[in-house]
Amino acid sequence: MRLPKDARWLQIAFLASFLILGLLARDFPLWHAPLVFAACLATQIACERILRRKPAGLLSPLITSLGLTLLLRAGAWWVPVLAGVLAIGSKFTLRVRGRHFFNPANFGLCCLMLITPRAWCSPTQWGEGAMVLLWILVLGCAVAHRAFRSDVSLAFLGSWTALRAARVLYLGQRVPVLMHQLASGSLLLFTFFMISDPKTTPRAPAARLLFAAIVASVAFALQLRFVQNPIVWALFFCAPLVPVLDALTSNEKKETLPCALQSVVSSSP
Amino acid sequence: MRTAICGFVLALSAAHPAAAFCGFFVGKADSQLFNKSSQVAIVRDGEHTVITMGNDFSGEMNEFALVVPVPSVLSRDQIHVGERRLLERLDAYSAPRLVEYSDGDPCAVRRYPAMALGAMRSHVAASPVAERAAKALGVTVEAAYTVGEYDIVLLSANQSEGLEIWLRESGYRMPPRAAAALAPYIRQQMKFFVAKVNLKEQRKTGFQQLRPIQIAFDSPRFMLPIRLGMANADGPQDMIVYAVTRNGRVESSNYQTVKMPSDVEVPEFVQREFGDFYQATFAKAWRGHGRRALLTEYVWNMGFCDPCAAPPLDQEELRGLGVFWLNDQPGAYHMGGMPLTLTRLHVRYDSEHFPEDLMFQQTGDQQPFQGRYILRHPYRGEISCAAGSEYRKELDVRHRQEAATLASLTGWDAARIHAGMGSDWPGEPQQPWWKTIWR
Repeated sequence: MRLPKDARWLQIAFLASFLILGLLARDFPLWHAPLVFAACLATQIACERILRRKPAGLLSPLITSLGLTLLLRAGAWWVPVLAGVLAIGSKFTLRVRGRHFFNPANFGLCCLMLITPRAWCSPTQWGEGAMVLLWILVLGCAVAHRAFRSDVSLAFLGSWTALRAARVLYLGQRVPVLMHQLASGSLLLFTFFMISDPKTTPRAPAARLLFAAIVASVAFALQLRFVQNPIVWALFFCAPLVPVLDALTSNEKKETLPCALQSVVSSSP
Repeated sequence: MRTAICGFVLALSAAHPAAAFCGFFVGKADSQLFNKSSQVAIVRDGEHTVITMGNDFSGEMNEFALVVPVPSVLSRDQIHVGERRLLERLDAYSAPRLVEYSDGDPCAVRRYPAMALGAMRSHVAASPVAERAAKALGVTVEAAYTVGEYDIVLLSANQSEGLEIWLRESGYRMPPRAAAALAPYIRQQMKFFVAKVNLKEQRKTGFQQLRPIQIAFDSPRFMLPIRLGMANADGPQDMIVYAVTRNGRVESSNYQTVKMPSDVEVPEFVQREFGDFYQATFAKAWRGHGRRALLTEYVWNMGFCDPCAAPPLDQEELRGLGVFWLNDQPGAYHMGGMPLTLTRLHVRYDSEHFPEDLMFQQTGDQQPFQGRYILRHPYRGEISCAAGSEYRKELDVRHRQEAATLASLTGWDAARIHAGMGSDWPGEPQQPWWKTIWR
């Protein structure tokens, strides 16, 4: 079977299957997803019209909608709506040298968690079912590989695992503690579907690895201060580094992007 | 079909002996200590935290000793001995409940509600120590107080073996592998709150049972240290956590938190076996989530309840639990408007499935939830109208459905359920005639 050329179709398929799993087997509310989707798509269309941008298609806001639906939990109807508007709005407004640097879903999620206690993120909502984790891991790798961005995902996962392992060793805890900390569906979702976003990571390969390591380190520092959802916050705080790293590495030879990814990048936003 | 409005509440008490908090229970003699279940209330707003450690210890008073890791050395004013009835009130208010409705006469124009509800209770100063010896072991006695019937010392330690030796030499019966369990807390610069009973003070109180110890402190960690309690436990332990916060439901941030199955109709005989029913339902839900999840049994704004298994706690009782942010003015809050959400979490934990302490987070979820199981009594009077036969058919369908629900909730086998239902069990539905031809 031939896979679609645009890797985003695969991402959408995988994220949608997680959403279906959440709706059927977890306690995801039914009202949440339509509001996020409506807000994201409407904001994308409205921004393109107001700013007179060439329509870039709806795949990107669909991915953002799915990411928000999977990570953001809401205690009021306006929370997913505002999150969707801010997420997509950030793509059009927070730009440096023609490129947005916040991952839209991460931006919407963090803004809402900053604004209101009615928004939160449930890192353990997927449970530790081995099948679910394996599924997410395998499918996530496929997507990351397809998009040729496995370097960011793997660098982040490697750094995070190394830091967590060092902490477990330092505290004199056992190996199952580390396994428990890594057995989080949300961690894998973040690793393979959020930080791997090619449009909001540095262009140069070395800078991407550095960025992933910085995000992992900041997340680790936040965790030591008992901040909940440290990886999500770390990406939010580190995102402004992306244009800085891009500027510092602009003289380096740019990587040759594969066809599939060129289509992803050229559709921005 | 007839449904009725529920009425009053009747609380059924089925309390089990229970004995512990999440720290060690360390006996001072070699008698076996029972450390299977406990109740803990955590009141938290921002970083202000008040923990009430329920204590149903039933052994000899001089055998009781408790070690709990705490984030800092607590002053005398941060320690309090509370009233047992506060946890009992929280339990009664939030317990999973059985609600009861009765069908009206299918032939009558008016339908009469009837009612009764049941709720299931959950089953749930140091002796003088030579400073020099303590220092040699890397243990520092930071403070020592007598509070109520407890002698309390606060210790800091450099290394876990030294602390274990110090406790052992001070007469505490330490479980095996105690040093390994203590080590992570020492590395995190945590202190140890060690309590034992002062028999003289205990006699003065006139109480037969020990009262809960309460501690108040500031900490960015919203957590309960359960790992120590596993060191002297044989098999899984149960803990009921009552989390009281300002904004919304509390869930674990490092273990999956799920809701108990609820709002389902079960056969009438469950009323006689509600304790067994709930235990089986809980056990099945717990196993179904890989023995790694916390089960939510109740989430409600403390300003009201519907139906009430017991009246909500009043402001004085809430203050007793450590709720410090309420406005004391009478009439300050209207129904449901109290900035106070109670979450009742039931944790069954063991060393294998809960390798880390429990971490929590407050969510923005204010959706009420209760563990609620429904009995519907059929109309048992004489039925003489045509509508009656339709009612009987519907009743058979309903009873089969109730039996299936009960089997799915508890895992009980069909024979047990059918026997419990007695004459209410209508038998399996008749098979279509063609099913018997080519068997």
